[in-house]
Amino acid sequence: MSKTTPPDTASQRAEDQDLGAAGSQLSTAPQEDAPNLPTLGVIGWARWFWRQLTSMRVALLLLLLLSLGAIPGSLIPQSGTDATKVADFQQNHTILGPVYDKLGLFHVYSSVWFSAIYILLFVSLIGCIVPRSWQFVGQLRGRPPGAPRRLTRLPAYTTWRTGAEPEQVREAALTLLKKRRFRAHVAGDAVAAEKGYLREFGNLAFHIALVVMLVAFAWGQLFKSEGNKLIVEGGGFSNVLTQYDDFKSGNLFTQDDLDPFSFNLDKFTGTYETSGPNRGTPRTYQAAVNYSVGAYGKAKKTTIKVNEPLVIGDSKVYLTAHGYAPVITVRDGKGNVVFSDAVPLLPLDSNVTSTGAIKVMDGYRNAKGQKEQLGFQAAFLPTYGGGTSVVSQFPALTNPVLNLEAYHGDLGVDAGIPQSVYQLDKTNLKGFKDSKGQQLRKNLRPGQTMQLPNGAGSVTFEKGIKEWANFQVTRQPGAGWALGGAVTAIFGLAGSLFIQRRRVWVRAAKGDDGVTVVEMAGLGRSESAKVPEELGTLAGILYDQAPGAPDPQDLSEDTPDDTATPDSDAVPAEGAETT
Amino acid sequence: MTLAAATNENLAHLSNTLIYAAMAVYTLAFFAYITEWIFGSRSKIGRTAAALTGDAAGKAQAPAVTVKNAGGTAVMERPKVVVRAAAGARDVPDGPGAHGGDEQGDLYGRIAVSLTVLAFLIELGGVLARALSVQRAPWGNMYEFNITFSTVAVGVYLALLALRKNVRWLGLFLITTVLLDLGIAVTVLYTASDQLVPALHSYWLYIHVSTAILCGAVFYVGAVTTILYLFKDSYENKLANGGTPGTFATSFLERLPSSASLDKFSYRVNAAVFPLWTFTIIAGAIWAGDAWGRYWGWDPKETWAFITWVAYACYLHARATAGWKGRKAAYLALTAFACWLFNYYGVNIFVGGMHSYAGV
Ligand code: HEM
Repeated sequence: MSKTTPPDTASQRAEDQDLGAAGSQLSTAPQEDAPNLPTLGVIGWARWFWRQLTSMRVALLLLLLLSLGAIPGSLIPQSGTDATKVADFQQNHTILGPVYDKLGLFHVYSSVWFSAIYILLFVSLIGCIVPRSWQFVGQLRGRPPGAPRRLTRLPAYTTWRTGAEPEQVREAALTLLKKRRFRAHVAGDAVAAEKGYLREFGNLAFHIALVVMLVAFAWGQLFKSEGNKLIVEGGGFSNVLTQYDDFKSGNLFTQDDLDPFSFNLDKFTGTYETSGPNRGTPRTYQAAVNYSVGAYGKAKKTTIKVNEPLVIGDSKVYLTAHGYAPVITVRDGKGNVVFSDAVPLLPLDSNVTSTGAIKVMDGYRNAKGQKEQLGFQAAFLPTYGGGTSVVSQFPALTNPVLNLEAYHGDLGVDAGIPQSVYQLDKTNLKGFKDSKGQQLRKNLRPGQTMQLPNGAGSVTFEKGIKEWANFQVTRQPGAGWALGGAVTAIFGLAGSLFIQRRRVWVRAAKGDDGVTVVEMAGLGRSESAKVPEELGTLAGILYDQAPGAPDPQDLSEDTPDDTATPDSDAVPAEGAETT
Repeated sequence: MTLAAATNENLAHLSNTLIYAAMAVYTLAFFAYITEWIFGSRSKIGRTAAALTGDAAGKAQAPAVTVKNAGGTAVMERPKVVVRAAAGARDVPDGPGAHGGDEQGDLYGRIAVSLTVLAFLIELGGVLARALSVQRAPWGNMYEFNITFSTVAVGVYLALLALRKNVRWLGLFLITTVLLDLGIAVTVLYTASDQLVPALHSYWLYIHVSTAILCGAVFYVGAVTTILYLFKDSYENKLANGGTPGTFATSFLERLPSSASLDKFSYRVNAAVFPLWTFTIIAGAIWAGDAWGRYWGWDPKETWAFITWVAYACYLHARATAGWKGRKAAYLALTAFACWLFNYYGVNIFVGGMHSYAGV
C-alpha cells in the first residue's frame, strides 16, 4: 500500500495464491499474458496470432488505429460527400492528387486499409466476446468462491466479537445478504456472497451491440437505395425505378426492394424572415401531399417538412429542395395553343434567382406552316428589384418577373445526347429578332404576353405561379437494427460503468477463548468507495443481530491484532484498477 | 408583431448586459481564487513529502482509515471498516486545498465560491434571456454555444461542490478558462440574436446539442484534473525517488489531492459521462437521419465525434489493460479531450461540412 513501486511479481503471485480463488473470476476480461513466442508450427503460430488478436492490448491498439485512420477522411475531400471538391483538389495538386488516390484517401471510409482496421477490430471483438460469454455463464452457474484464509488482506475489512453462536451469525448473514440480493451461500465457516453480475452482463451486451450495429450498418450500405424526384404542385410520383430523375443503390439492391407507394404534391409553402440581418433566411418549408400505400391504398393527406420525412415501410421521403415553376402558354400564329405547362426552374442563389428553358418540341408550325421547334431561355426573379437588376432581392413571390429569350429551329433533343432540361442547346437554333434587329428578349409580369415577330405566335406568362419541390426517397434497411444496437449499447455501457461487481465474506468462528469472532470483508473489481460503505452498512445491520461482546482484557495482546493494523501488502482483485 | 419584436430586442439587449456583468463578477471571483492560492502558500504543509520520504523502513504504513478498538473498556463501538489501498498504489494523503489550511486563504476561497455562484446565476440569466429573445434553445450558433457551454461547465463545478466533492481547487483553472471562453464569445464569435434555418428545427436538436454541451463541460473538468494528475504524479515520483522539487511546485502541488485521488476523480468523471456521449452521437445520427436522409455520412463533425468517442473508449480500455494504467492512460484521456475540442472549434473554423451553418 505505501509502496512507491509496484511489488515485484514474484511476491505478488505469492499473495495472489494466498487470496486463492476469492479474487479470481471477478470479471471476464482476458488475461494479459506475456507474449511467449511459439515454437510450434503453423497451428502454433495461428493460435499465437489468435491470442494476440483477441488480447486487450491489441484491441486497444486497433481502437487507436481506428481513430487515427478516421482523421484524414475529415480533412481531405471525400468523393462520397463532395465529388466536385475532390475534382478541384486533384486539379490543384498534381503531385499529391494521384498519391492520395492510390492510397484511397478520397474515400477513406471504404478504403482497403480502413476496412482492414475495423474488420480486424471486429474479429478481435467477436474472438473476445465468445469466450467471455461462456466464462460468464460458468460464473453464473457456479457459486461465489469461498472466503480467503486471511480476510484482513482485503481492501475493506471489519471485525468484532460477539456473544452469539457462529451458526447464528452465519444464518443471520446469509439471510441479510440474500435479502440484499447477493448470491450467497455458506462455505465452511464463512458466508460467501457476490453481487453486481449486471456489470459483466452490461459489458458483454455493449460489445455484442457494437457487432450488431456494424452488421446493420453494412447491411444498410449493401441494400440501400436513394433517388430524387422533382414534382410541381399538382404533380405526382409513384415509386418505381423509371419515375426517378436520378437513382443510386447499394450493390445488392434489386428493383423489387422498392416499397410500393405513390403520392401527389398538393401545395408547397415556404416562409422567410422579412426583416433583420437574416432577412430572406427560410423559416419554414413544407409540402402538403396526399399519398397511398400499395396498389389500391386509400389516399391520405400529410405534410412533409425538412426534418420530418414521410415514412412508408423502409422508405423515407424527404423534402430536399424547392423552386418556382411559372406556367407558360405558347400559341402559334393562328392562336392555337401548342404548349401549356408549368416549367420548373433551377434556383441559383438563396433568393431563388432561377434559370431554365422552355422547350416546345412538337405541334408548332411557323408562319409559313413549316414544322419547327421553339425554345425560350428563361430567367426568373421572384422579387424583382427594378431597373437592370438581374438577381432576385427576396426568396418569396413579392414582385415576380420572368425574362424570356425566344429562339426557333432545332432543339437537338433527338440527337440522342442527354440534355439538361434547364438549358437550351443553341447550335441549331436561331434567335427571334425584335424591331431593332436585336435578340428578342422581354421581362414579363404574371399575365403578360410576349408576341413573337412576324406572326410566329406568342408566349404568355400565366398568373398562377406554381412551386415545385424536390423529394429524396431513401431506403436504408437495417436502420431499426442499428438503432436497437445503439440503445442496447448505451444501457449496456451504463451497466458496465456504473454497477460494481463485488464480493462479501462473513466469517464467524469461535476464537481461542470461546467467544465468537465475526470478520467481514469486501472486494470489488475496481476499488471504489462504495465497497467499504456497503460493507459498513451490512456490518451495522449484522452487528445489531449479533451484538458485540467486551474484549477480554487478558487476551488483548493475543487477539489477532492485525484486525486493526492490516498487513502492509493488500491484495488487489485480479486486474483491479488502482482507482 | 412589432410589440413582440421590441420585447425580443429588449431581451437580447438584456442578455448581452447580463453576459458582460457575469464576466465582471467572474473576474472578481478569479482574483479571489488567486488570493486564496497566495495566502495558501504561507502554509508549510508537506504531507506528501512526509508520506513518501518518511523513514523508508516501513513507516507511513498507516491505512487511510485507522480503527481504534475500544480495547479493554466495556463500551462497545460499532464495527468500523478498514480501507486499504491496492498494492502498488502510493498511499499519499490528499492536500488541504488551495488555501493550504490558512484561515485567511480559506476565507478568500469561500468568497471566490460565492462570487462564482453569483456570476453563474447572472450568466444563466443571460443565457435564458437570449433563449427567450429568439424563442428557441440558446445554441443556434457558436456565440450561443460558447456562453451556454461555460455556464454549464461552471454549473457542473458548483454541482460537484454541492455534492461535497473535494473540488474547490479546480476553481481557479475553471474560472480562468471560462473568462477566456466568454472573451472569445463576445469579441470574435458574437452573432446578433436570430432564429434558426429550417434544418435546425427539430427536437432532436435540443436533445443532441444539450447533451453535447453537458458532455463537453464534464470532459473538460476531467481533462483539467488529468493535467493536474500528471503534475502531481511527477511530483510524487520525484519525492519518492529522493529528489527535491522546486519550491513553487511544492507550494502548488502539496495543496492538491494526491495523484491517486486525482486519477480516480478524472476516471470517474470521464467514465460517468461516456454513456451520455455515446447517446449524444446516437441522437445526432437520428437527427441526421431525419434531416439529411442518412443517419451516418462521415461528415467532418460526425467523424470527429466518432474519433472522440473511440479515443475515450481507448482510454477506458487502457485502464483495464495491464501496463497502460496511470500516466499512459492519462495521455490518452487528454488526447481524447483534444479531439473533442477540435470537433467543437476546429471543425467549424477549419474544415466546414454540413454542420457549418452553426454560424462561426
Ligand atoms: C469496437 C471496439 C470496441 C469498443 C468501442 C469498446 C468499448 C469499450 C468500453 C467503452 C469499455 C468500458 C466499459 C468498462 O470499463 O467496463 C469496454 C470494456 C471492455 N472491453 Fe471493449 N470495446 C471494443 C472492443 C473490444 C475488444 C476487441 C475487446 C477484446 C479484447 C474488448 C474487451 C473489453 C473488456 C474485457 C472490457 C471490460 C474491462 C473491464 O472489465 O474493466 N473490447 N470496451
